Amino acid sequence: MIAVHDLTCMHDRRPAVHHLTGRFAPGSLTAIVGPNGAGKTTLLRTLAGLHTDFEGTVTRGGRIALLPQSPMLDRQFPITCADAAAMGAWDRMGAFRPYDERDHVEEALDLVGLRGFGKRLVGTLSAGQFQRLLFARLILQDAPVMLLDEPFTAVDARTEADLLRLILRWHHDGRTIVAVLHDLDLVERSFPDTLLLARDPIAWGPTAETLSADNRQRARLAAEAWAEDPSVCVEPA
Amino acid sequence: MIFDLLFEPFALAFMRRALAGCIALSIAGPPLGVFLVLRRMSLMSDVLQHGILPGIALGAVVGGISVWTMGLGGILAGLLVALLSGALARATGGREDSQLAAIYLIALALGVAIISAQRGVDLTHLLFGSVLAVDDTALLLMAGAASIVLPCLALLWRPLMVESFDPDFMRAVGGPGARVHLAFLSLVVLAVVSGFAALGTLMSVGLMMLPAVAARHFSATLAGQVRAAVVIAIAVSYVGLLVSFHADLPAGPAIVLTAGAAWGLGMLIGPRESLLRRLVRRTHFAG
Repeated sequence: MIAVHDLTCMHDRRPAVHHLTGRFAPGSLTAIVGPNGAGKTTLLRTLAGLHTDFEGTVTRGGRIALLPQSPMLDRQFPITCADAAAMGAWDRMGAFRPYDERDHVEEALDLVGLRGFGKRLVGTLSAGQFQRLLFARLILQDAPVMLLDEPFTAVDARTEADLLRLILRWHHDGRTIVAVLHDLDLVERSFPDTLLLARDPIAWGPTAETLSADNRQRARLAAEAWAEDPSVCVEPA
Repeated sequence: MIFDLLFEPFALAFMRRALAGCIALSIAGPPLGVFLVLRRMSLMSDVLQHGILPGIALGAVVGGISVWTMGLGGILAGLLVALLSGALARATGGREDSQLAAIYLIALALGVAIISAQRGVDLTHLLFGSVLAVDDTALLLMAGAASIVLPCLALLWRPLMVESFDPDFMRAVGGPGARVHLAFLSLVVLAVVSGFAALGTLMSVGLMMLPAVAARHFSATLAGQVRAAVVIAIAVSYVGLLVSFHADLPAGPAIVLTAGAAWGLGMLIGPRESLLRRLVRRTHFAG
């Protein structure tokens, strides 16, 4: 479970997410959709505890795993796929405990279609394969709450179907899953709940209601540019 | 003739001590250098090498020309600079280049000013090193530093690798990111300071960084690059000391120039990402 109350996430006083209140219920499967610059990634990073410039409260129940946007990582780092995936077992291994995850790593790589990639350097992977590698790491993290930032970026159709099946299975297992997505058809097909964000929350609830034509129009019309001469926000909580 | 050129200088005790010391530096420094390169912190090594100078100079003021007080001063100054630059990095969100440059310029000027005010301290020796300065105490400092750095780096290896590849991940899982970073910087300070007697404060980072930079032309993996960097550093220490002896140069510049040559060699004919690899086309594999 994650709950936020009157959450405003900022980048140097400019709000990226503005006055958001609500909760991701235990076992829920929620999509976050919205235009570019709507604050989706900032929201996920805030929920994961990585973005700390915010007002309001975030309540977290349980361990959280984040699937980051892969362009934020150094893909030329000289690390093998097996080692990169094994990072997911950090909670079990820590900094010093012996490494005993070989079988799990194999299994996770297998699940994302990267069997036989263990000894390859991450620099040799394509963008889609790298994304799948991050998924393997996520599998090893085995967390009750999973935050996925554009999980299907650069992934081919077959792998997208495989990864979606995996996400639905996690949902079935009772995990809380939040995913930033752009494919609205996919959201309508597979995600029961949706948060429509355009810096201000437009709607949050069952997908069909949230993605009504009216709400979509409002999200489209939301100003993406910053106000030229902003005044201090005095909106009540 | 060749024998005289290659081995005769090491019949002298101070040359043997210098070689032993440089081998210790070669084992401790370059592995740290590889991580500095990977963490895109190459500039940080510059900052530290300049940052330790005022501390070493103050050590000389307080305790005279003693490796221990100068070394201790250098370590304290290095840690202070590391903490200061860390605070600056947090305050500026990682875009601290200009401030780092400011710190090291100030530190260098301060160090030179303190030394110049002292009589009896040879600035050239302090900045660029002298094989004659490697007495038993200095050798003990170098070997001692290497004996601390290596096991500590082995212990830090996993968290350091995770933190270097994906610092956000480390934070998200509540790992000891900041502590690992600080412990790593402390090891770098120790390695830089331990080299000052032989190589000089301005040159001791050269033996740490240049082999590390060259190593990427010799291996694709992290462990391979660390091994390659150590081997390169030992080789350039030996050749550099010979150059220093025969050409009557300070040890620091001689060794660093030799390390530069090794880097050039790696770029030209190394097995990875070299000019040779680009020019010589090899038939592609079937799968």
